[in-house]
Amino acid sequence: MEFFKYSRTFDFMSKSKLAMLISTILVLASYAILATKGLNYGIDFAGGTIVQVKYDTKAPIKIMRAKLQTNSLFDGASISEFGSPDEVIIRMKTSSGSVTKDIGDVTRTTLKGTGNYKVRRVDIVGPKVGSELKEKGLMALFLSVAAILIYVAFRFEWRFAVASIAALIHDVSIAMGAVSLFQIDVNLDVLAAILTLLGYSLNDTIIVFDRIREGITKSKNANLAGIINESITRTLARTTLTSLTTFFVVFTLFMFGGEIIHAFAFTLLVGIVVGTYSSIFVASPILILFGFDVKNYHSKLAEKAKREAEKNRMREQFESGVM
Amino acid sequence: MKLNYRIVIFVLAIVFGIVFSVPSLLQTQNGKKITLGLDLQGGLHMLLGVKTAEATKSRIKSMAASIKHFADRNDILIDGLSFNDTSVTFEVLDNDEIKNFDTFLAKLEGVKIAHKGSVITLNLTPKEIAKTKKQAVSQAIETIRNRLDQFGLSEPVVARQGKDKILVELAGIKSQADEQRARELISRAAKLDLMAVDEDRNARVYNMSDADAAAYGDVILEDVKSPKIKYLVHEIPILDGGMLTGAHVGFDKNNRPVIDFKLNAEGADIFGDFTGKNVGKRLAVVLDGKVYSAPNINERIGGGSGQISGNYTVLQAKDLAIALRSGALLAPIYMMEKRSVGPSLGADSIKASMVALIGGFVLVIVFMMVYYRMAGVIANIALIANLFILLAVMSLFGATLTLPGMAGIVLTVGMAVDANVIITERIRELIYEGKSMHKAVEDGYANAMTAILDANITTLIASVVLYVYGTGAIKGFAVTMSIGILASMLTAILGTHGIYQMIEPKMGKSKNYRFWLGIKG
Repeated sequence: MEFFKYSRTFDFMSKSKLAMLISTILVLASYAILATKGLNYGIDFAGGTIVQVKYDTKAPIKIMRAKLQTNSLFDGASISEFGSPDEVIIRMKTSSGSVTKDIGDVTRTTLKGTGNYKVRRVDIVGPKVGSELKEKGLMALFLSVAAILIYVAFRFEWRFAVASIAALIHDVSIAMGAVSLFQIDVNLDVLAAILTLLGYSLNDTIIVFDRIREGITKSKNANLAGIINESITRTLARTTLTSLTTFFVVFTLFMFGGEIIHAFAFTLLVGIVVGTYSSIFVASPILILFGFDVKNYHSKLAEKAKREAEKNRMREQFESGVM
Repeated sequence: MKLNYRIVIFVLAIVFGIVFSVPSLLQTQNGKKITLGLDLQGGLHMLLGVKTAEATKSRIKSMAASIKHFADRNDILIDGLSFNDTSVTFEVLDNDEIKNFDTFLAKLEGVKIAHKGSVITLNLTPKEIAKTKKQAVSQAIETIRNRLDQFGLSEPVVARQGKDKILVELAGIKSQADEQRARELISRAAKLDLMAVDEDRNARVYNMSDADAAAYGDVILEDVKSPKIKYLVHEIPILDGGMLTGAHVGFDKNNRPVIDFKLNAEGADIFGDFTGKNVGKRLAVVLDGKVYSAPNINERIGGGSGQISGNYTVLQAKDLAIALRSGALLAPIYMMEKRSVGPSLGADSIKASMVALIGGFVLVIVFMMVYYRMAGVIANIALIANLFILLAVMSLFGATLTLPGMAGIVLTVGMAVDANVIITERIRELIYEGKSMHKAVEDGYANAMTAILDANITTLIASVVLYVYGTGAIKGFAVTMSIGILASMLTAILGTHGIYQMIEPKMGKSKNYRFWLGIKG
């Protein structure tokens, strides 16, 4: 089976203006959503308490709400369904520092009389830990981008690095925009998804770039757009295929992985779609935008080869004792 | 069939994968296994903070007590004995006695002594403060570990995290009530004091303020049963829990659970002397600042054993005995982070992620086979080998599998075929260029190599950073991702190449591109 025939080269670069427009709109829209709706920080970063309660039958949310209102500890608590009608989650912005008696214990006694239930999960994150996790999370994000940038600059050329990072920022921005749009709780798992996305989106971009690099080195032609079209076409099957298999598994994770893994799978799902699109339509045009010059690159390569040859010659001379 | 070094390594890797993943997969008795994270098997994860300032404060307090004790015993008049978190100040009224006091103070460790006329100030040195704080954390860890060991849970984790935090992880807690019991046990100060009731003034206790009591060197303590009942006791205890050698649950004559405790030789001596001298007076048994009982002393009590009675259940008495045996916490602890997952939720998470794993796996396998035919089958062999190796490596390192870790494995399934997709696409391309099957395979691998390496290394960089900066369960995700990537390089690059070389005699001559590669050619 084949999705794409190799006989034909698609002209992606002619669509690059349109793609750039779409991307710019998407990214700007994401920032607009982020600015207006903001991120819905979950307890991992904001601190707070989560109590997950499972009933034998449908959870009586109204009665629960009334019960909880009798205790001032639950002021401002929100109750919502979690995955299924018999499971609910109670969220609070507050956290108690007491080891002996915590909100989970209080919930267990306060809800008495609302039916047959079990407290299945109690997560408490103090404010200090929350801000520490946030700091560490941002640090991780920044560090991986920096490390990847250095690696790509070292393996390719600085313009490749800048282009891949631009594609990365594009992907992460849109994924975060989606997270904000659907008001998904931003917890550690969403951060993990974003970091995975970094690696994944880059992976895709690099495969294309590798092909472009190969095309540049091999071709006598100095037409970058032509080389890029050829390279993207040649990697198109791979890009779609790997994206598809990854999409399959993340989709099953999203559908069947359970409520706890939902936010993670959702973020990745958006990321994979955007990441695939950006490695085809966004990363490469940026290369042109930054004025990557094939001739220049050729002469640099030639120079490098010359230096290498010179070095080898010197070494040979040295080894044979001439010097 | 042709043997080559690649296929040999690959087969060895598969054997390694199967052998070492068997203990985890079949849950055998012996062999190293993957441990399930608390989010999958249910359990309690806590990050506890230690109020270390309390430790220096109590250090200063006991220093003040011994200064007072010294002054009283030697009939030296002192005035204005006061203390804050890190220093004690007092004035020696008789200038001639300052020298005497100095020799006594010189024996105290970790303090800087300053004289200002007859006023003496003792400051804990910064080094001593740091040491005291550090000790308080170590002691808390030690105590909590002791208590949990006796609580009867398998392999509790108690470890220092950062400077003054304690990580506690308890697996296998069955209910929330059990969990609360464990938390109560851990956080209990369990400071036992035997104190003398100030019989001369106790009658007036209900009209006294704390300051009034302090003027007599007394404190007002409440009864454990009701805060309305109060006792006036001498602030400096007769002896404290440090002199306990044992504490067990016993029963009183009404068959109610009590705690029988035993004192060491020194404690027994002090106790005997005190009870001998104070017949007719009351002795308060004080635990964590509450009076549990204040029996009359009828006669001298030798042998150094006593009883704490209270209104507790057998279970509570048992936990209290554990806390007393393992010693008091020097500094109070507080909750910084808690994650508790019930076993049923953990089981649900395992079920859900297994469904996702198997579902994703089947989808990928079928898709690869339909799209690439034989090449897909070969990629699938690599994928299955990859999973076994991943499990084997995790088992060998005794790694913990968390829910995000499961997600990492699922993701690995999707991404591990990538290398084979890249390679097979390259081979197809070369076939279209008119290369022979043999040449296409060899060049395909060569051409694909840099792309695969660069792509995998960048993903690896992201996972390593995630591991270093990730916390808790997220670390598990980074671990499975990283191992998955590394294993895929072995299986997808080396392993499949080996298979191709092995079947080369058959494949090399074939023109059936549809069968081998899924294309018309």
